[in-house]
Amino acid sequence: MYATSYHRASSVEDAVRLKSANEEGKYLSGGMTLISTMKQRLAAPSDLIDLRHIPTLRGISIDGRKVTIGAATPHADVAASRELAAICPAICKLAGHIGDPHVRHMGTIGGSIANNDPAADYPAGLLGLGATIVTDRRSLSADDFFTGLFETALEEGEMVTSVTFEAPEKAGYAKFNNPASRFAMTGVFAAKTAGGIRVAVTGAGASGVFRHPGFEQALASNWSADALSNVAVDASNLMADMHANAEYRANLVKVMAKRAVASAG
Amino acid sequence: MTKVTLTVNGRAMSGECEDRTLLVHFIREKLGLTGTHVGCDTTQCGACVVHMDGHSVKSCSILAVQASGSTITTIEGLAGQGELHPVQAAFKEHHGLQCGFCTPGMVMTAVDLINREGGTLTEETVRAGLEGNICRCTGYHNIVKAILAADAEMATGRQAAE
Repeated sequence: MYATSYHRASSVEDAVRLKSANEEGKYLSGGMTLISTMKQRLAAPSDLIDLRHIPTLRGISIDGRKVTIGAATPHADVAASRELAAICPAICKLAGHIGDPHVRHMGTIGGSIANNDPAADYPAGLLGLGATIVTDRRSLSADDFFTGLFETALEEGEMVTSVTFEAPEKAGYAKFNNPASRFAMTGVFAAKTAGGIRVAVTGAGASGVFRHPGFEQALASNWSADALSNVAVDASNLMADMHANAEYRANLVKVMAKRAVASAG
Repeated sequence: MTKVTLTVNGRAMSGECEDRTLLVHFIREKLGLTGTHVGCDTTQCGACVVHMDGHSVKSCSILAVQASGSTITTIEGLAGQGELHPVQAAFKEHHGLQCGFCTPGMVMTAVDLINREGGTLTEETVRAGLEGNICRCTGYHNIVKAILAADAEMATGRQAAE
């Protein structure tokens, strides 16, 4: 790892100030991607601004069916929240299958979505739920937030502070994980929300997480796994790598979508 | 150099290190506690698992400065008064190790798993709980057996205490 300077932020304002004072710095949340990347010398931020000790960034609050999850809330807390499981078990299940237990104790929802790894789970969950991403300066819809491979709408120095969503009527998540890394080779989050049916796919798209309009239309008229049987999945915009070619992933997208809907009930 | 202060296995400890120093290297090289192992370069093997503020973490993927102020338990902190921790005893009894390199991480992971889900563990949940730990000798069967046996043993202990 190259040398770096560590700063522990005490508040959101403190963090933003530290970031603007250190242009080549990076926000550090759980570090489950960033520290590993730095170990490999694939990233070399001059400064790290640690967000884990900002009390207002951590925790889950539920008001009726409105859910707010602080950006520095670890995956394990989301997975284990009984209040959240009572109204949106799919997001708890999703969080409970990220990485491994040790990664889930450190990794955070804000870190995951700010990194927007094309094989990460949370981007599918938040896009599928139609969540709102709240930053230190504005609110963005998930549709606007995730813009490409490791790309988001976040501006220089902007940080995610929380995510909010309305608990869906029904939702399910299914993933086929890479047996070594536990990242999604394909993961599909399907939800019946107040704003309509939403189906989001991660791990498969050549440009990162995406919604599948064909699935959404089919499920709007018939919410069942069978309704997806005749919907085509275009392989031309899917990732291909040593683990799976695009056609294989196209099949996985459909199979995972069916499983997601079936698990939602 | 930055001063890092930790409570390790119940004792206040501190040392100076670079900001880029990983927690596992701080524990091994500055504190001299070499039970925690480094088995890979890529955050995958789990040989370095310790508990930070009561939760299992990979100490190879956390900077020592990030951990400063926290409470750490390493494999050296498990056994009390010359008696093995029930999980350590179960690994010995059920031959849950061969070369032993992964064992500190396996044991710390098992203790965390039993802390969270003790009394309800099954072969399936134990195997899922070991997703972040790699063993190249045992084929895992005896590790799973050992953890289930320790869970049963500790549940009996809890009942007796009640």
